Amino acid sequence: MQIDWFPLWLSLRVAALSTVFSLALGLWLAYFLANRNFLGKELLDAFATLPLVLPPTVLGYYLLVVLGRESALGRVYEAIFGHPLVFTWQAAVVAATIHAFPLLVKTARAALESVDRVYEKAARNLGASDWRVFWRVTLPLARRSIFAAAVLAFARSLGDFGATLMVAGNIPHQTQTAAVAIYDAVESGNTMLARVLVLIISAGAMLIVYVANRLEHRQVSG
Amino acid sequence: MIQARIARRFPAGPDSAGFALEVEFQAAVGVTVLFGPSGAGKTLTLDSIAGFVKPDAGRILLDDDILFDGASGVNLPPRRRNCGYVFQNYALFPHMTLRANLMFAADRLPRLERHRRVNEVLERFQLKDVAGRRPHEVSGGEQQRCSIARALIGKPKLLLLDEPARGLDAPLRENLYQVLRQVRSEFNLPILLVTHDLDECFALADEMLVLREGRIVQSGPPRKVLDQPANVDVARLLGITNLFRAEIAALDPGRKTSRLRVRDFELAGPYYPGRLKGDQVWVCARAEELRAAPHNGSRPGPNQVPARLLRASERAQAVRLEFADEISVDIPRELYDRGKDNKDWLVEFPPQALKVL
Repeated sequence: MQIDWFPLWLSLRVAALSTVFSLALGLWLAYFLANRNFLGKELLDAFATLPLVLPPTVLGYYLLVVLGRESALGRVYEAIFGHPLVFTWQAAVVAATIHAFPLLVKTARAALESVDRVYEKAARNLGASDWRVFWRVTLPLARRSIFAAAVLAFARSLGDFGATLMVAGNIPHQTQTAAVAIYDAVESGNTMLARVLVLIISAGAMLIVYVANRLEHRQVSG
Repeated sequence: MIQARIARRFPAGPDSAGFALEVEFQAAVGVTVLFGPSGAGKTLTLDSIAGFVKPDAGRILLDDDILFDGASGVNLPPRRRNCGYVFQNYALFPHMTLRANLMFAADRLPRLERHRRVNEVLERFQLKDVAGRRPHEVSGGEQQRCSIARALIGKPKLLLLDEPARGLDAPLRENLYQVLRQVRSEFNLPILLVTHDLDECFALADEMLVLREGRIVQSGPPRKVLDQPANVDVARLLGITNLFRAEIAALDPGRKTSRLRVRDFELAGPYYPGRLKGDQVWVCARAEELRAAPHNGSRPGPNQVPARLLRASERAQAVRLEFADEISVDIPRELYDRGKDNKDWLVEFPPQALKVL
């Protein structure tokens, strides 16, 4: 029997890209949550956590509203790239990013806050700007936890189903990610394909969690 | 020259008493020690100068630069204050080599000068051989020197040290003092050092400021402060254990003597200028200035008082005897060994040891 590997490759690509995006977005947000005091800070934290607890379909619905062809963002995207965002694999990246980045914000915030403040004080005393303190001192000292968080975010993007299905759809060889393909295979009675994909995803997830745990526990110093 | 007037209030919370820091001092080139018990506001004072804590009011001047001025709202960020800071436990960046730690600090120097300056400092602080190692791979003494080198490399106008000797064993402590003496003589800048260790204060200080509950209660050269504590509280902070309420019974300016009535005995003392007969005063004397000998029943001589021994504790240099009525005396170990089993002793108060507050 011929196995179609496309969904797996698409999933990897989507997960890799969304990890990069959530890392950028998550670190930026985590930095502000960890270092600044502003009105509504915990509210913002709660808002950023929302995608972690909302049903993926609710998330997908919001994304459709925000990114759909009728929305402002959707129109801007269409004007720039010449085609709508929704029901493309790029939309799957957006869905996976929104799905994964709360996890990153949570762990990155905790990681940044766990860095002993005295190093940041020392750096500022030595003439470093906030930017330099962050890149040269805080981030390197928290790098293991943050890398572990990125690995988990990758795993979570790999596993998104509901939101992806709603904004990217289920178009074979275009937007069908592995998670969606498994659902599709079971629905159409292709149990062989479902089994293969399920086994691969499970093994991959297992490996990822193992790596993340090892990274986390080796966090001593330097 | 650093001139500081700092006021900072912390209101009392549900599980913390309030605290108010109100200090004013200046420190010239040399070592000025901020001495006081924990919670006196010493570190808070350093942090205000370095810019980590914003005072409610006051003014901090470093040479001609205004670092902080409450009235005009000037408050320079820490990175622009040009104060070297040696933190407790050094705070060397653990993920960088010693050289990288110094390079990080040399960043504000002109690009061409950086490498030369780092090499020069590595040489001067004897870190050349371990420059490529990370802080946890070098000895405590090397970490210590590196943190001082890092604080000095950017050519600060002031050096701040927060209990640099805390938790160090004796040899390392001695090394640190030597490095700091070297810094004092080679770098022409004021050094502010926080400590609650009196020996450290004497080992290093040109001037000392005694802090208590957020205020400076006395200042001056350490010797002078120890010889004439401003009040009972300062005397206690300085570890002066013999403190008694007394009345001046007689003053004789001609013979430069006085008589003090302490509880039920009388002591001869030196003449106290500016005191009057009948004044109620505190008499104080350091434990190592008094003498004690086993009491063999003979009549006590002048300034000798019989006392009952309660406890004896071994110290590095001497044995401290604690008597009833809160008298304590340090005596040499041999002397103690000879009279060990005695409960009754004679304590002698040499007149020159008696200071009144």
